[in-house]
Parts: sequence; C-alpha cells; structure tokens
Amino acid sequence: MTPFDAVAPSAPSAGAWVGVAWALARDLRLALRSRAEIGVQLLFYVIVVSLFPLGVGPEPMLLRALGPGVLWVAALLASLLSLPRIFTADFSDGTLEQIALSPYPLPALISGKIAAHWLTTGLPLVVMSPLLGMQFGLSGNELSILAVGLLVGTPTLSLLGAIGAALTLGLRAGGGLLALLILPLYVPVLIFGAGAVDAVRAGFSASAQLSLLGAGLLVAIVGAPIACAAAVRIALD
Amino acid sequence: MSAGDFLAMGGYGFYVWGSYIVAIVAIAIEVAAVRSRLNAAGRMSNHEQSNR
Amino acid sequence: MTTSINWFRFASPASFFALAGRLVPWFASAAALLALLGCYLGLFVAPTDAQQGEAYRIIFIHVPAAWMSMFIYLVMAFWCAISLTFNTRLAAMMAQSLAPTGAMFTFVALWTGALWGKPTWGTYWAWDARMTSELILLFLYFGYMALRNAIDDPRRADRASAVLALVGAVNIPIIYFSVKWWNTLHQGASVSLTSAPSMAKVMLAGMLVMAFAAWFYAIAIALLRVQAIILERERATGWVGELATGARAAK
Repeated sequence: MTPFDAVAPSAPSAGAWVGVAWALARDLRLALRSRAEIGVQLLFYVIVVSLFPLGVGPEPMLLRALGPGVLWVAALLASLLSLPRIFTADFSDGTLEQIALSPYPLPALISGKIAAHWLTTGLPLVVMSPLLGMQFGLSGNELSILAVGLLVGTPTLSLLGAIGAALTLGLRAGGGLLALLILPLYVPVLIFGAGAVDAVRAGFSASAQLSLLGAGLLVAIVGAPIACAAAVRIALD
Repeated sequence: MSAGDFLAMGGYGFYVWGSYIVAIVAIAIEVAAVRSRLNAAGRMSNHEQSNR
Repeated sequence: MTTSINWFRFASPASFFALAGRLVPWFASAAALLALLGCYLGLFVAPTDAQQGEAYRIIFIHVPAAWMSMFIYLVMAFWCAISLTFNTRLAAMMAQSLAPTGAMFTFVALWTGALWGKPTWGTYWAWDARMTSELILLFLYFGYMALRNAIDDPRRADRASAVLALVGAVNIPIIYFSVKWWNTLHQGASVSLTSAPSMAKVMLAGMLVMAFAAWFYAIAIALLRVQAIILERERATGWVGELATGARAAK
C-alpha cells in the first residue's frame, strides 16, 4: 500500500466532481464563518506592500520600477501565511482522517479544499492589487496585467502551497519550514507574473508570460492534488 | 614557472587558491563528519545490543 | 553452469551494509587518484587562458561541483521514486545519504562561482541564470534535509521527503527555464561561464577527470554515510546484534 494508491479513484468520475463540490462548499462555509481571519490575511498583504516604500524611499521612479516585483512577492508571502489553514483545523480534530476514508477520491476532495482556499485568500489579493499598484504609480495597462497575472498565478500558488502544507502537517517546525519548502517552487510564478507587467511597461505584449502562467496553472491543477493526496496519506499514517 | 609564480597565479592567486582550498576543506569536513557519525552509530549499536 | 547474482538480496539493509563497506575503499582510492591527476592537469599542464589568465583554473573545481550538484539531486530523486514505488527502506536511506553531499557540492559550486566572477565580471554575485538556479537548488537540498529533520517517525520522514524531492525534481527544469528567461530579459547579452567557445583539449580533459573524481568521491562518501544511517535506524535488529557481538569478540 503506497501513498500513491490515493490516485486510483474508488468511485466513478461523477463521484469525483461531487467530491470537489462538497469539499468546496464545506470549506467556503467554514471560512466565511471566520471572516476576520480572511480580513487579517488581506491586511497582511497591504502592510507588507506598504513596507517597501518605507524601506526604499518614496522616489516615484524607483517605486514604479519596484512595483510589480513588490506586489508579487507580497502575494507570495501572503499566500504562504494562509496555507496552514487548508488542512490544520481538519487534521487536529480528526476530520481529515474521515475525509481520507470517504469513498470520494482524495485528490478530488483536496481540489475542492484548495479551490475554497484560493477563493478566500487568493481572490481578495487579486481584487486588492490594482489599488495597491496605484500606490506604486503603475499605469492602468500595467495594473490590469498585474491583476490578470495574479488571477492566473495565485491559484497555482495555492495548489503548490497545499503540497507543502500537507507535507508539514502536525509538525512543530512551523511556518519557516513551509516557506523553505515552497518558496523555491514559487519562483517561476513570480518571474512570469512580475515579468508580464514589465513587458507591458516596455511596450511589448505580455501574452508569452500569461500563457506560461496559464500552462503552469493547468499542470498544477492536474498534478498538485495527486501529490497533495499522497502527502496527506503520509501524514495520516 | 617558479614556485612564486605558481602561488601568485598571474595575480589571481586569491581567487584560484580560495577556490581550491575551500573545496578541499569542504571535503575534509564532510569526510570527518561522516566518519565520526559512523563511529558514533557503531558505539550506539554496541551499547544497544549489550543491553538486550 | 553460470552463476547469477540475486541483486535483490542487497535490497535489505543488513546485506547491503557489508557490501557498502567493501566498496568504499575502492571508490575512495579511485577518487583520490583521479583528483590528483585532475589537479595536475588543471594546475600544471593546461595552458594559460588568453582572456582570463590564470583565473580560469577555477573551472576545474567549479564545473565538476556544479555538475555533481545537479546529478546527485537526480540520483536522490531516483532513489526517492524507488522508495515510494516499492516501499523499501534502503532506497530511502540512500536518498537520505546523498542529500548532504549534494548540498556540499552546490555550496562549493556557488562559492567557486563567486570567486570566478570577481576577476572575470568584476562582481562576486551577478544574478546570472546558472548561479541563481544553483542557489535555488541549494534551497531545495536544505528543504529536503529540513523536512526529514522535522519529522520524528523515520518512515514518515522517508515518504514525505521523497514526495518533496520528486516535486522538486519535476520543478527544476521549470525553475531553470524561468530563471534563464528572467536573466536574458533583464541583462541583455548574457555572460556565459564557459569562457572560450573552443576549449583546449587539455582543459576539457582536466574537467572530465575532476568530474569523475567528484563522482567517485560522492559514491564513496554516500556509501559510508548510508552505513551510519543503517546502523542508526536498524540498531535494535538482530543482524546488528550479531555484528556487534562479532566486533566485541574481535576486540
């Protein structure tokens, strides 16, 4: 019995989608009950973004140059901060074990949980980013590419991050370990996301970067829930 | 090439020898660490077995 | 009558322990000899480079170290895949044994790269694609070791770090490609670390000899370390007991 036995679905594919929907609805309901927590994470994003001008000075040209990178790095960090929420609560009260035992395929259930996580942590970042981008003097064009990039990129961050969250379930090591594991994997998303805005600033099209982000998202949607399910089973054994 | 020239490495001695020496030191440290780990593991196994 | 070796016999830590012990001296000696030959070629035989003077001699350390840092990660990921597929302990122990050596080579590659960068490009750290990817590789090694360290149960540590190593291995080409793209965009003409396009044969020979030296060293030290790991993890078993009794009797 290897962890990858989680991959073979025991229920027909109709069951998979039902599983996704069930997990998504449940996690959304639970998240919306603690709206304050969502607010805190958004606030973290705002604060981190605001730290950079305080650190480098308010010179407009410098801030314009730094803007895309800062907004993306802050999004990475905000995503990282919120990752433990996906599994920790369910792990500590035993629900995760029950979820793993259910007849629905575990990758499907995990996809639902990750989708809920993104809707409550990633999507607010996307909505917030144009406002924060204006603080850095980004043009309208740049702001829209920033938002689109984050829209495509933050789900990938949630998907990859969930693998890290599952691997570190229940460990005392804390957030530092999760950051060490996940941030290297985030690098391509950061490069292409910030690069898209820079491309538009230079007058080029950002289609290459956005396509790569999209491709990355597709690969993550397919691969990450499987790796995540294996990691969850490892943590539960 | 004299010994002095060899050490100087055309003025780049610091960089060349800085590289070779660090590589040798890194390997020496690793070998020492693994050998000490193996000895400790051997002693621990001896101890564990003699307590059975 | 032909005798065939049942390779699977060595899949148990018990029988592999003795085999590893016998192999270490051979690989260690081979590594030492090749290293001496490689250093001789690199420091005495290879001619001075037209553009970089004597500074280029760093490549005889830097390039083999970089090659090994990447190769070892792949081998580590291979053993991780084996350990997950067949649920074996020894494959996981091999991966565990390789990680510190891979990290060491990555560090040496980064250090020597910086020392090569200063005289050639004027700066210790130039954020070029290969060095930046090498830095991220170091983080991947540290992440693997940190995760192993954070998990108390050895079998959970085996499986979790195996998943991590495989996820990392899949991501390495993506990371390298993205960093390369990032670098060419921001720096224009890229600076290449392999200096002259046509490398003198002696230089290439020196690099290859050093690469083999590094490879044999890695094998030797990984086998030695896996012996320690086997003893640490199997110390309560019967065969270790026999080993220990034998060692005490021999004293």
